[in-house]
Amino acid sequence: MIRIAIKMLMGDKLKYLGLLAGMAFAAMMISQQMSIFLGLSSQTGTFIREMTSADLWVMDPQVRFSEDNIALPDTALQRVRSIEGVENAVPLYKGFLKAQLADGTRTSVIVVGVDDATLQGAPARINDGDATLLRQDPGIIIDDRDMGTKLAYKRAGGKPMQLGDHLSINDHDAVVVGTYHGSPSFFWDPTLYTTYSRALQFAPRERRLMSFVLVKVAAGEDVLAVKRRIEEITGYAARTPVDFENVTKAYILKSTGILINFGIAVGLGFVIGMIVTGQTFFNFTLDNLRYFAALKAMGASSGMLIRMVLSQVLSVTWLSFGLGVGIAAIFGAFLAKTDLAFLMKWQVLALTIGMMLVVGVLAALISLIKVLRLEAGVVFKG
Amino acid sequence: MDTTNTVAASATASSKLDRPVAVHCKGITKTYGEGQSAVRALRGVDVEVRTGELLMLVGPSGCGKTTLISVIAGVLDRDEGECEVLGQDFKKLGPAGTTRFRAKNVGFVFQSFNLIPTLTLAENVAVPLLINNVKRSEALDRAREMLEKVGLGTRTKDIPSRLSGGQQQRVAISRALVHHPKLLVCDEPTSALDHATGQKVMELLRDVAAGNDLSLVVVTHDARIFEFADRIAEMDDGRIVKVSTGKGHQHAAHELSAEK
Repeated sequence: MIRIAIKMLMGDKLKYLGLLAGMAFAAMMISQQMSIFLGLSSQTGTFIREMTSADLWVMDPQVRFSEDNIALPDTALQRVRSIEGVENAVPLYKGFLKAQLADGTRTSVIVVGVDDATLQGAPARINDGDATLLRQDPGIIIDDRDMGTKLAYKRAGGKPMQLGDHLSINDHDAVVVGTYHGSPSFFWDPTLYTTYSRALQFAPRERRLMSFVLVKVAAGEDVLAVKRRIEEITGYAARTPVDFENVTKAYILKSTGILINFGIAVGLGFVIGMIVTGQTFFNFTLDNLRYFAALKAMGASSGMLIRMVLSQVLSVTWLSFGLGVGIAAIFGAFLAKTDLAFLMKWQVLALTIGMMLVVGVLAALISLIKVLRLEAGVVFKG
Repeated sequence: MDTTNTVAASATASSKLDRPVAVHCKGITKTYGEGQSAVRALRGVDVEVRTGELLMLVGPSGCGKTTLISVIAGVLDRDEGECEVLGQDFKKLGPAGTTRFRAKNVGFVFQSFNLIPTLTLAENVAVPLLINNVKRSEALDRAREMLEKVGLGTRTKDIPSRLSGGQQQRVAISRALVHHPKLLVCDEPTSALDHATGQKVMELLRDVAAGNDLSLVVVTHDARIFEFADRIAEMDDGRIVKVSTGKGHQHAAHELSAEK
């Protein structure tokens, strides 16, 4: 009877294609919207993830996210270094500063100052060289993706920035000595790397300028134990990269409303996808109700009818899921060449197929209730 | 209980009435809904159908014909009364047992044929066998043989929409008979057909019934096929109000037409 069910499903090519298209649209809608949301959410932690050298980030307890500039006193570095289990600790500056390009174009930039001695915290993927490029005074390293876009000479027709070009950061001269390949970030401004001491020269004078202390935990030490020790002794917050990323993500989600608003749009897409799936299957089963009723009258058990409907839902859902997710993935592949957010994790696929199956089965079974109850009117009058 | 009418009591001396009883129902009631909106579809019906007999149920729309055949076929539970079909009481069999009983013993012919449009004729006819867990290849072979018997042996791979109404009803009859049921329930089998085709379909049904000791219960409005009935039970307002032989009923119908 399963073969009969599949033929009932696929026999009318036009209807079947309509069913497939509707379901594929739903799959695409759900997976694409969730992937965009996940991508955007993930981009809030780009800076933290790319700082692979740190086991712990030490910061003021009031810091709410990675760009929150509540600086530590210089003494914090020494205090952290003195704690048992810390192999080394280096300062990190991170702040939004104003920059002016050679053609007069003004822009805001994120300046990251890494430890002068160890260069710990420098970008991982530096093009044609390494972090020692930063030792050239007054050198900065910029993201190669920004050269022709965010750091282009807009007042000179959009000419891209080049190696060796000068720019003014808070009225201090800086030279592009290298480029790195960064990842798209939720925070839009271009990120420039330089040494910690040079970053302090660029930054406006304040009593406290050290944004974070990056800690490398000694081999054999428990990271969480060291974290607790730092927090108890110094009173600062020590966060693992994952913790810090989650804190940042949560802040952006709750406080800015950006992701919430986008999340609502995603939720709407999800609901629309589910409605399309449910409606499509409800209608399909309703169209075939008289045949299911005839089968029931002829002695097909409720279990047999449910198995038939399930086989129909399963077969069309798998196929439409593949099509829809395939289209969404192609969309994502195009986005990968841009800074736009798209992250299709396996959980997105699992949730998409899971929800489609649940909604498809429910919709089909709801429309099948009359037959399962075997109402005489349905059986004999269709 | 409301007044009941006994079909068997007014039966003709037809030889078929000497045969064993296939359906024996007494005092059947059925009400849909509750309270003020309740509809009493059957108000105490007695009915008997003998093996090999063709009983027609006639009457105006809403008089309870469909409800009665639904109860007889085990599609619908009765509220009150006793009913044995081929020696089985559906209430004692339970829902699962009744479903199995229908699968094995009852054939259905529907007014609108209810052939699955995306299946071939052979597949449509094979459905009752597949429900009874007959192997697919064997079911299809038997379905083809059945279609051969109704004159559609060359069209087993066609789909129903390529057939005329009469041909589709022949396929539906093949489907109803392929698993050799002992009771055939037909709901308005000729209402969608022209007169000549309707006559042929009824001839086919009568021949099949006669050849297989099959009991037939046919619901119809179509006076042109009354001649095929062994007995005709007229229903009105949930009751059987008159029982006659097919020929007698047709004679009365002609007289009525002449008076007008």
